[in-house]
Amino acid sequence: MAFRIIEHGKLERNVALLGLFALVTVAIGGLVQITPLFWIDSTIEKVEGMRPYTPLEQAGRNIYVREGCYVCHSQMVRPFRDEVERYGPYSLAAESMYDHPFQWGSKRTGPDLARVGGRYSDEWHREHLKDPRAVVPESIMPPYAFLADRDLDVGDMSKQLAALSNVGVPYSKEAITEANADLVAQADPNADSAGLKKRYAKVQVRDFDGNPTRLTEMDALVAYLQMLGTLVDHKKAAAQQVPNAEVAK
Amino acid sequence: MNYDTARHFADSWGLLFTVILFLGLVGWTFRKGASRHHEDAANMIFGDDDNG
Amino acid sequence: MERLMMRGGAWLVTALVLLLAAAASADWAFSVHMAIACLAALIAAFASVKGFDFIGQRYPALSAQAASTYDDDLIRLGVIATVFWGLAGFLAGLYIALQLAFPALNLNLEYTTFGRLRPLHTSAVIFAFGGNALIATSFYVVQRTCRARLAFPGLARFVFWGYQLFIVLAATGYLLGISQGKEYAEPEWYVDLWLTIVWVAYLAVFVGTIIKRKEPHIYVANWFYLAFILTVAMLHVVNNISLPASMVGSQSYTVFAGVQGALVQWWYGHNAVGFFLTAGFLAMMYYFVPKQAERPVYSYRLSIIHFWSLIFLYIWAGPHHLHYTALPDWAQTLGMVFSVMLWMPSWGGMINGLMTLNGAWDKIRTDPIIRMFVMSLAFYGMSTFEGPMLSIKAVNSLSHYTDWTIGHVHSGALGWNGMVTFGCLYFLAPRLWGRQRLYSLRMVNWHFWLASAGIVFYASAMWVSGIMQGLMWREYGADGYLVYSFVETVDAMFPMYLIRAFGGLLYLAGALVMTVNIWKTIAGSPLREELPMTETPHNPEADRPAVAVPAE
Repeated sequence: MAFRIIEHGKLERNVALLGLFALVTVAIGGLVQITPLFWIDSTIEKVEGMRPYTPLEQAGRNIYVREGCYVCHSQMVRPFRDEVERYGPYSLAAESMYDHPFQWGSKRTGPDLARVGGRYSDEWHREHLKDPRAVVPESIMPPYAFLADRDLDVGDMSKQLAALSNVGVPYSKEAITEANADLVAQADPNADSAGLKKRYAKVQVRDFDGNPTRLTEMDALVAYLQMLGTLVDHKKAAAQQVPNAEVAK
Repeated sequence: MNYDTARHFADSWGLLFTVILFLGLVGWTFRKGASRHHEDAANMIFGDDDNG
Repeated sequence: MERLMMRGGAWLVTALVLLLAAAASADWAFSVHMAIACLAALIAAFASVKGFDFIGQRYPALSAQAASTYDDDLIRLGVIATVFWGLAGFLAGLYIALQLAFPALNLNLEYTTFGRLRPLHTSAVIFAFGGNALIATSFYVVQRTCRARLAFPGLARFVFWGYQLFIVLAATGYLLGISQGKEYAEPEWYVDLWLTIVWVAYLAVFVGTIIKRKEPHIYVANWFYLAFILTVAMLHVVNNISLPASMVGSQSYTVFAGVQGALVQWWYGHNAVGFFLTAGFLAMMYYFVPKQAERPVYSYRLSIIHFWSLIFLYIWAGPHHLHYTALPDWAQTLGMVFSVMLWMPSWGGMINGLMTLNGAWDKIRTDPIIRMFVMSLAFYGMSTFEGPMLSIKAVNSLSHYTDWTIGHVHSGALGWNGMVTFGCLYFLAPRLWGRQRLYSLRMVNWHFWLASAGIVFYASAMWVSGIMQGLMWREYGADGYLVYSFVETVDAMFPMYLIRAFGGLLYLAGALVMTVNIWKTIAGSPLREELPMTETPHNPEADRPAVAVPAE
């Protein structure tokens, strides 16, 4: 049979066979490269401090995705001296393990944002997002003034967290049921945020948009930007490489 | 299976398999009697000039 | 008749369901999309009852002028759609290029920010312009190389119009802020599902036509089209697996996170280049270049080796988009090695295309369409050399995140994909509308030079700005500190951004010349009065053997 296929160039005359061979040929590369990432343990080294996003941070992240911020900003510091000095410690795989989708980016028309959290004040972010050139005259970033004028409308945040939980983000049942309350509490310093703080370590609770009467899209986006890169203690996570001498033993 | 076993397999059997596959493919293309067939195939697009 | 009513009824029910979805929607952008889809279903219901060719009856210019054995109505529509979406995509590109030089052009509106318009540009040129060119030419080539009419003509019409609906949904979605945040795969889950349905129908029409062929052999162009359709289906389905937060809302979450998500995305992203923009366009090359040159392809044998090695190697190259990231090192290295190997089949294909002109090289002088094809192959060769070079980790450490990548993409997209598509459109227009030849060959020549000059301005500006920015980012002073703040590197690129926009303007101008030319050809205007392209006055003075002149 195999001989007949070879002898008569059957492959060139049978579209099903041709399609099958082509599909097998193109499947190999992806299978070899992608599937091991799911079962080789060393792909994502465990680090302390990683937690899922709070409802407000996730809502801000969804705005980041919606506005296409990733077309100009990366979130991936490479292990080079200049990048580490400019942006902070290089990014670890674990730091994006709860990112659906990942936002590593491919272009730096603007600077990397992987560690922008805590670098600037909330006020700076607000003014910069409303009118980038008022703060950085040479900037070519688009203005996002409309974020401050629009109420944050996420529908039912519990549904969003439930969907994330279904794709593998470890939200507790409590975190999902309390999602709508947590969303509001994080931007309101007067609210009862004990539950929120218990569920999400290192959560920052304050009024992010400078307008305490409203919960706006600006609140969510600034809350997201201010937490980027702040979860992992890099002094603890630094020594990951096993020295060669130890491997030899 | 960990990284090292996977790597070892790729460097030995995986490599051998792809090399044989490649040589087989090239050999098959150059098989005896294929030239006339290829020539016909290459010229078949000129068979029907009435319809572009 | 009963079947027609059934079909119309099914579309009406679909429209009703979509209307309900629009009413029950969780977000208003989703409502807008459902309303658009509902409208499309109503049109489909109307078309099912009226018969598919009601457009052709109303606008005779769109139907056959000369009787043809083949089903060409869709291909005529495809030619027009390709020109239209090309203009839209190039214009969007020019606009966002100008936004980078003059940020005031963001207009302080959410709908016109760079972040939303950039996916509009990339999708318009790749999927709308490129996709329509691929669908139209594949339907043309498969019929002629199989000597058979399209299988499932109704389904073929569904493919064409369904694909246009996909484009409209994707484009309006970007403006409304519906995005799943994966480059070149921004449309949300329901648009992805729709494209999957359309794509399966496309596969059925294409394979169905090959099965009912009257030729024993399946011509190599069809192999490339088949690999393109199959692989894009695989990539699209896997990369877009996601879970909607609500069945009546636009938000969804991809199942892949972080590092796995990154590799799946660039496995998709790089092979959107490899199979959409390369395999599919190579299929165009393998049919239209030999046809226009009136010579068979240089080596059919080489084309077979080209096919198998290209599709095998391309799929591995994705990780070169993730060099020095948190992706495991072994995957990065694999991506680099396969990208470098990919250079060989790419150049094999380029040589096969160029050498087809062996013995007919004079046509470059006399035939502007051949000139277009040759330039496209030259750019294919250049960008498939530049690509492997950029995938080397040491080079990539400088080029990644900079405009060098943008320049590389555009030398491939404008040079290779654009030029080969223009050549095919010029080939198709007179044949499909039964004209003696194109309205003007001189205008093709103008288009050729405008486009070529535009690409040169574009690519060289991006080389300079990319390498300059990469070097400025890593520049250390004698004091051991970084010399430039980030914003200083942004400021330094302003002149390059102006030059790039100028290059884009030239390219768009060339496309406008083409539009006029094809418009006049379709309308059947009398041929433009112009000097023939072959006119090269004989100069007896210069007509003598070249003699070496000794240096003084």
